[in-house]
Amino acid sequence: MINLVWLVPLFPLIGFVIIGLGRNALPKNLAGILGSFTVFLSFAVSIGIFLELQSGAEKTHIIPLFDWIHAGNLLVPFSFQVDPLSSLMLLIITGIGFLIHVYSIGYMHHDEGFAKFFSYLNLFVFFMLLLVLGSNYVIMFIGWEGVGLCSYLLIGFWFTNTSYASAAKKAFIMNRIGDLGFLIAVFLIFTTFGSLEFSRIFPQAAAMAPNTEVLTLITLLLFVGATGKSAQIPLFTWLPDAMAGPTPVSALIHAATMVTAGIYMIARSNILFTLSPITLHVVAIIGIATALLAATIAITQTDIKKVLAYSTVSQLGYMFLGLGVGAYTGAFFHVLTHAFFKALLFLGAGSVIHAMSNEQDMRSMGGLKKKLPITFLTMLMGTIAISGIPPFSGFFSKDEILAHTYEHNKILWILGVIGAMFTAFYMFRMLFLTFNNTFRGTHEQEHHLHESPGSMTFPLIVLAVLSVVGGFLGVPEVLGGSHWLANFLSPVFQESTKRAGSLALDHSTEYLLMAISVAGALIAAFVAYVKYAKNNHVPLADTGDRSVLAKLSFNKYYLDEIYDTIITKPLNLLSGFFYKVVDKGAIDGLVNGLGKATIEAGKGLRLLQSGNIGFYIFMMVASIVGLLLYGFYNI
Amino acid sequence: MESITNSIQGVPLNHYILFSSILFSIGVIGVLIRRNAIVIFMSVELMLNSVNLLLTAFSVYHGDPDGQVFVFFVMALAAAEVAVGLAIIVMIYRNTNSTDINVLNRLKW
Repeated sequence: MINLVWLVPLFPLIGFVIIGLGRNALPKNLAGILGSFTVFLSFAVSIGIFLELQSGAEKTHIIPLFDWIHAGNLLVPFSFQVDPLSSLMLLIITGIGFLIHVYSIGYMHHDEGFAKFFSYLNLFVFFMLLLVLGSNYVIMFIGWEGVGLCSYLLIGFWFTNTSYASAAKKAFIMNRIGDLGFLIAVFLIFTTFGSLEFSRIFPQAAAMAPNTEVLTLITLLLFVGATGKSAQIPLFTWLPDAMAGPTPVSALIHAATMVTAGIYMIARSNILFTLSPITLHVVAIIGIATALLAATIAITQTDIKKVLAYSTVSQLGYMFLGLGVGAYTGAFFHVLTHAFFKALLFLGAGSVIHAMSNEQDMRSMGGLKKKLPITFLTMLMGTIAISGIPPFSGFFSKDEILAHTYEHNKILWILGVIGAMFTAFYMFRMLFLTFNNTFRGTHEQEHHLHESPGSMTFPLIVLAVLSVVGGFLGVPEVLGGSHWLANFLSPVFQESTKRAGSLALDHSTEYLLMAISVAGALIAAFVAYVKYAKNNHVPLADTGDRSVLAKLSFNKYYLDEIYDTIITKPLNLLSGFFYKVVDKGAIDGLVNGLGKATIEAGKGLRLLQSGNIGFYIFMMVASIVGLLLYGFYNI
Repeated sequence: MESITNSIQGVPLNHYILFSSILFSIGVIGVLIRRNAIVIFMSVELMLNSVNLLLTAFSVYHGDPDGQVFVFFVMALAAAEVAVGLAIIVMIYRNTNSTDINVLNRLKW
């Protein structure tokens, strides 16, 4: 089965080609079913691969397909690497991808670009699979760019709306900044190690001394790439804007899969990062800063999808914090559980938006509990899971990251717990604002309220179950588990674990840490309950009178405005200067001047053509004499 | 044959060169300063013949007949050129009632 791994990306590619070419000819239902079915086939193959990998003794398989680039000493084979890390990513991508495809059949039912939507989704799945399967940085980079492209296409899916189209451009451009860092890192890796294959780089790196300059530079540049794709400071502002895309896109691309590509890439290159403690510090600090910044923005947002978007940024920050403190397994565990509950929350939000006739403002919602019971229950599961309340999945993964953080640095841990409290607060705030109390929308909206069709509730239920039980994949020893996930992933991280060692906290400390974070989350949830469910508080209108802090948070710390002032405007001025002065003045002047000079010279020279034959003959003789003299004296 | 060779070699080579140069220069100056098309034509013939003379002289001094063969070519070509050239001059005269080349100054910018 492992040798058939090329089938996994092939199915979505076939789906993309068929649906893309036949988008006007295929009946609507067929396009949706075909798109979902191809991803389901990939999922089936992925399960087979996973089972075989788990039972087999050999944990890393490289499946070469063909030699792609062979020039000089650069050899880039087109080959796939199947190991515990990529096989789990395969399951996440194809499994959640399949559920979201099914959901889209219901959600996008009324859209005119139905078939186009499915062809893009299939293309995205193809590139994402390429990203995680590639056995070298080049194949990874193809997938990396491909998912960026699909993200652009899907954010701007309703491109007739100008602001949606510019959100798509923003996402693409900010990703490009990160991609440049990634690309330079790849070049550096090639010059340092002479190869781009993971299987040849990492053993070489493992033999290197820690803290070398070149490794620090490579890892910092890789991290720049990760900040772009995974929406970290300073390149995170594209992700909230990316909510312009259809909600299934937000669930698939901007919550479950693409934004975790940066974490996957760092986890894949873990040995390089372990050997560069400076980079790890940077990663951890950026991670916790992003987590807190995004969390404080999320607590005042009124758009249901924006809350979830900032929550995603914040959770991604936690994952980077985990990577930064060396908890590679914990970070990946959080990728996994986050994929479950955040996809669930987004799809739930989509279900709410669907029922509300495309209203996204939570101030117009409320009291939806009765009308959308399945959506409410599943979103409740997701909210509890993300808040880190046991025994739901988010608790285990977040706790593992926080425990490692505590061992690493106490201050980071305190900040992490505060962030977790914020998380619980804004998630329960969203839940109560949406589902509790009485309906605040228009009468017409109330009339249309309805629970979503089966194709939308089925993925919700599956994801809710996964969000509840997903944490049991990695129950830590202290709670009587064996941490299956850590054991399964250990071959990938063994070189790093050898150096960094494993968690060395005694059990009472671990219990205490868990108790503190759970208590924090419960208190935050209770505050949200009192404020939004009991006292029926509704956020102010956009222009309402806010305190300074609330105003800062509501306006996203004016970060977009700051970026606009310090980067976009000077850049525009500079381009204006280059356009008007350098291009129009210098370059155009040079080109036009050359033309004019030729014309003028011609005007002068043609006067020599006087028509006087005697003069012509004289010139001829003089020239011949001149040539003779030249030949006589010079040669 | 022998006697012709001898009589040609009776004059030193330098004299031939000098004479041909003078003849050629006269031809050039004639072309440059005269305005009558027929006289210019004659001057061109003068130049051609000075070269012919020099070719013959060199050929004899080198004992290589190629030079003399070349002279025949030049003469044949000069004859053909004269045939065409005189025809042109006749046509010019018919059109302008003159053989003065300064009248032919309309082909210009």
